[in-house]
Amino acid sequence: MDNSLLSLLIWLPIFAGIFVILIGNERAITARWISVATSILVFIISLSLYTEFDSNTHLMQFEEKTSWISQFNVYYHLGVDGISMPLIILTTFSTILVIIAGWEVIQTRPAHYMAAFLMMEGLIIGVFSSLDAILFYAFWEASLIPMLLIIGVWGGDNRVYAAIKFFLYTFLGSVFMLVSLIYMYNKGGSFSILAMHDLSLTATEQAWIFWAFFVAFAVKVPMFPVHTWLPDAHVQAPTGGSVILAAIMLKMGGYGFFRFSLPITPDASYEFSEVVIILSLIAIVYIGFVALVQRDMKKLIAYSSISHMGFVTLGVFALFLAYKPGAAEAALLGLEGAMVQMISHGFISAAMFLVVGVLYDRLHSREISTYGGVINSMPKFTGFAVLFAMANAGLPGTSGFVGEFMVILSAVQANIWYGVLAGSTLIVGAAYTLWMVKRVFWGAITNPDVETLSDLNAREFSILAVLAIAVVAMGLYPQPVIDVMHVTIEHLLNQALTSKL
Amino acid sequence: MEQIYLIIALAPLVGAIFAGFFGSLLGRMATNVVTILGVLISTVLSMYVFNYHVLEGGDAFNENIYTWMQIGNLNISVGFLIDNLTAVMLVIVSFVSLMVHIYTIGYMHDDPDYTKFFSYISLFTFSMFILVMSNNFMQLFFGWEAVGLVSYLLIGFWHHKESAVEANFKAFLVNRVGDFGFLLGIALVLMYFGSLDYAEVFASLNNVTGVTMLDGASVITVICILLFIGAMGKSAQVPLHVWLPGSMEGPTPISALIHAATMVTAGIFMVSRMSPMFELSETALIVVMVVGAITALFMGLLGIVQNDIKKVVAYSTLSQLGYMTVALGVSAYSAAIFHLMTHAFFKALLFLAAGSVIVALHHQQDIRKMGGLRKKMPITYWTALIGTLALIGFPGFAGFYSKDMIIEAVHFSSLPFADWVYVAVIAGVFITAFYSLRMFFLVFHGESRMDEHTSSHVKESSMSITLPLIALAIPSLAIGYFTIDPMLFNGWLDDAITVAANHTSMASLKQEFHGAGSMIPHALQTLPFWMMVGGIASAWVLTLYRTQWATWIQKKFHRTNYVLESLYGFDRFNDIVFVKGVKSLGNFLWKVSDSGLIDKMVVNGSARFVGFIGSVVRPIQTGYVYHYAFFMIVSLLIILTWVLFAGERPLLEL
Repeated sequence: MDNSLLSLLIWLPIFAGIFVILIGNERAITARWISVATSILVFIISLSLYTEFDSNTHLMQFEEKTSWISQFNVYYHLGVDGISMPLIILTTFSTILVIIAGWEVIQTRPAHYMAAFLMMEGLIIGVFSSLDAILFYAFWEASLIPMLLIIGVWGGDNRVYAAIKFFLYTFLGSVFMLVSLIYMYNKGGSFSILAMHDLSLTATEQAWIFWAFFVAFAVKVPMFPVHTWLPDAHVQAPTGGSVILAAIMLKMGGYGFFRFSLPITPDASYEFSEVVIILSLIAIVYIGFVALVQRDMKKLIAYSSISHMGFVTLGVFALFLAYKPGAAEAALLGLEGAMVQMISHGFISAAMFLVVGVLYDRLHSREISTYGGVINSMPKFTGFAVLFAMANAGLPGTSGFVGEFMVILSAVQANIWYGVLAGSTLIVGAAYTLWMVKRVFWGAITNPDVETLSDLNAREFSILAVLAIAVVAMGLYPQPVIDVMHVTIEHLLNQALTSKL
Repeated sequence: MEQIYLIIALAPLVGAIFAGFFGSLLGRMATNVVTILGVLISTVLSMYVFNYHVLEGGDAFNENIYTWMQIGNLNISVGFLIDNLTAVMLVIVSFVSLMVHIYTIGYMHDDPDYTKFFSYISLFTFSMFILVMSNNFMQLFFGWEAVGLVSYLLIGFWHHKESAVEANFKAFLVNRVGDFGFLLGIALVLMYFGSLDYAEVFASLNNVTGVTMLDGASVITVICILLFIGAMGKSAQVPLHVWLPGSMEGPTPISALIHAATMVTAGIFMVSRMSPMFELSETALIVVMVVGAITALFMGLLGIVQNDIKKVVAYSTLSQLGYMTVALGVSAYSAAIFHLMTHAFFKALLFLAAGSVIVALHHQQDIRKMGGLRKKMPITYWTALIGTLALIGFPGFAGFYSKDMIIEAVHFSSLPFADWVYVAVIAGVFITAFYSLRMFFLVFHGESRMDEHTSSHVKESSMSITLPLIALAIPSLAIGYFTIDPMLFNGWLDDAITVAANHTSMASLKQEFHGAGSMIPHALQTLPFWMMVGGIASAWVLTLYRTQWATWIQKKFHRTNYVLESLYGFDRFNDIVFVKGVKSLGNFLWKVSDSGLIDKMVVNGSARFVGFIGSVVRPIQTGYVYHYAFFMIVSLLIILTWVLFAGERPLLEL
């Protein structure tokens, strides 16, 4: 095994997490510094995935394979392609942010908090790089545990309810996935995900497997109508938990559609694509209206996340109708738009939750009505908040525009009415985001507490600045992101369009 | 040349970034120097570009700067298309922007957020350049939304005012409604043309002509109307005009720059840019013309009942934008651009003059509390007079040429409804003259209606305010006379604009045209001139000669007055239907469907169901061995009985 980069990325943060637990909560400062150093180190290492990535092939890169449970033909098999590589870097990037964001705020069990995020980082990288279904499943389920603890230990007043709801919801979904993975093992004799891509399945088998996968991934994304765990989880989770949840854990669902549903069950995906599209459109439109009337900022952003993730599933499943023989651009726009949307949403939702976190740390309220006129006491912070709000509303020049633009262009080609409904986010998205901005940031100060707010400190400023740069850079020049995924996505499109029947 | 274009676009951006990030550190002087220098560089280079392309006939420049996105064969780039149309727009935008930058030094002198304001107006200038220089739809949309963003920030610049933050929210949302149509139009362009590049799209127009969608609608028509919905948002055409009067909450310099001279004309520019496509759809042109005529006439009427000096100018802007839109509808694109240009100068002038008055009166904006300012503010008075005469189309002034051309173009148009539109635009002349002069007389003539304190402090504004007024008065006076011939009839815009052979308005106009000089005596024999004179006279009678008549008319026609003062009820309608309606819908979906039905009933319901089953089964699990033993024995008995006596092959027959 000459290349163990991925293993390093998975196990370094996990062992560092264990080490941080051993340091203990009493020596919080040491624990914090070790955590942040690890997360930065992991991020730097993950960048070499990008620099050494060969974007001219769809084949798996940085592959590692050793036998794990030989009786059942289970391997410790890792590798990345243009779909998983960007998501891994997004993970390592976001982890730094949440660790720095939790620096002062978390006073109860700080070492455990940091450790939970480090371990979660490793587990999620494991999810994105596993090429063996059992390994994937193990990481998938294991990653729930740190998040459960983060919500349950460091959460708000109703944290236990939210944590259990989160756990049961997602756990229920993934059990179905496990069943279909085992079914395919019985049929094909291998747990290799790539082998499953080539496994021939009848229409009925595909339908069953498709829906089993669908439940698992839809809960994670989350799609309407299995989304109701998300607002509760976000509201109760500490800021860092919300950031990781929105920026990365939701992407595990989107990733599942790319890695499992499309290539393993192409015919069922085609057959049921309209159902998925309609659910996505409901998420975009209906959830947009629900977001509009929220009074709790975190809930509003949580609903906005559901709406934005609707673009991911829309982009993925619009491909069948958007594809025209000889002109794959429309379908590619949808698929790549979905990927871009996932990454962009990672930045923007992280930024939005951090923005709320900054306010919450000061006044301990998430209610919109507590605020008003924040610009007067926090002008710099307001500058960032407005930028991220605009990105959330899909303003061109920010990353939020790119994914939505691509998916809408693709959706219109699938069916003009899909495009019309998806495009309505231009109005509704702007309405709920800017209405919140108006009530929180603009206007005269009504609550005397707002007057006493201190503007961003250096730590908060640097976190938001990094995200701002990411959001604007990706908005102005998305091509580098497209480059790394393009060949992989083309291959995926072929898989999705090649019938297994 | 590419470097020059890049410098034009980027110089204001550099200024904006500098002022935005370091302005408060380095102070006002440094901010002034950097931002004004940035815009000055752009202005000088724009004039150079204008000279190169328009006067010397240099070839149009159409190249990509960098690839924004490449997917398969689809290339979406950031690039520049610099032809005569762009060159004209560059000069207008940069010149007005420069004047507004200078004006701002005086106008915003006492504002604590002085440097931020400079940063925003420079950023706006950059965005507007990107919009007009674009060679593709993606970048057009980028510029389109970027100017909207800056407009949002500037309307809400005085963020402590509730009315300002209401207005900017409204402005952004209404513009988003337009952008929604615009984006769908762009998506359909990509779908049917396979490209977002102007040149490639225009080159393949023939392949799409006659193609239909949605049970028979012509694709070109649908695309054109969707794009025009975008223009309706940005250029404030009825019914998407509701945001523009509210935008007057922003500081006056931006009302001049953004909400009069440049951004609101983006829609006019865009439709002109798309002329090859619009020319293919008679239906779309009729829609454009009718919407424009409605805006021109009905928004002008609202100007009559306004008493806020900026609101009067704002409604006049709406009405003039309507004129430009009408011109687009009758395929007189060059006349629309011509009016766009003259309007940019005289309307910016009027707004800045209004601002000069507002500053002198310590932010008093009610024209009923002004009067007699002529002597005290001579420069403002004379420049405002030039602006007003240009606006009402007084022979010889810039607006005279451009508005007359539009009216004549409608006259020659053969489109259905053109007769009605002709009536509307002629009536509009009377109305324009009436409300403009009403305001002018109330502000500058007659008795002073100010309180003692204000009145004693009124003095002419400082140099940084009067200088731009003078600089804008010159083109407001003269630019029409000098540019009408080349711009409309001698080919400045010919390469950039396409007019179908059967749309003969401009061709007929050309035959009628015998030089700018001869238009003046000729005008005296035409209806528009006498409508204008009538408007001036009525305004004079009602505001200066017999003021009690105005009150009498108001009483007599109180119903009409009510309709006008309630702005035709657009705001009330929007408030009830969209604001309240959408909120109730949201609350319904949230409370009833989302947390009620899905979460409480299904999700927590299934949890409760599991709990219920548990509670039923739980009593059996007592933990006593003899209970379990009892159940085992009973169960065994039942099974045995079944096996022995029932079942398929019972062991014992009964």
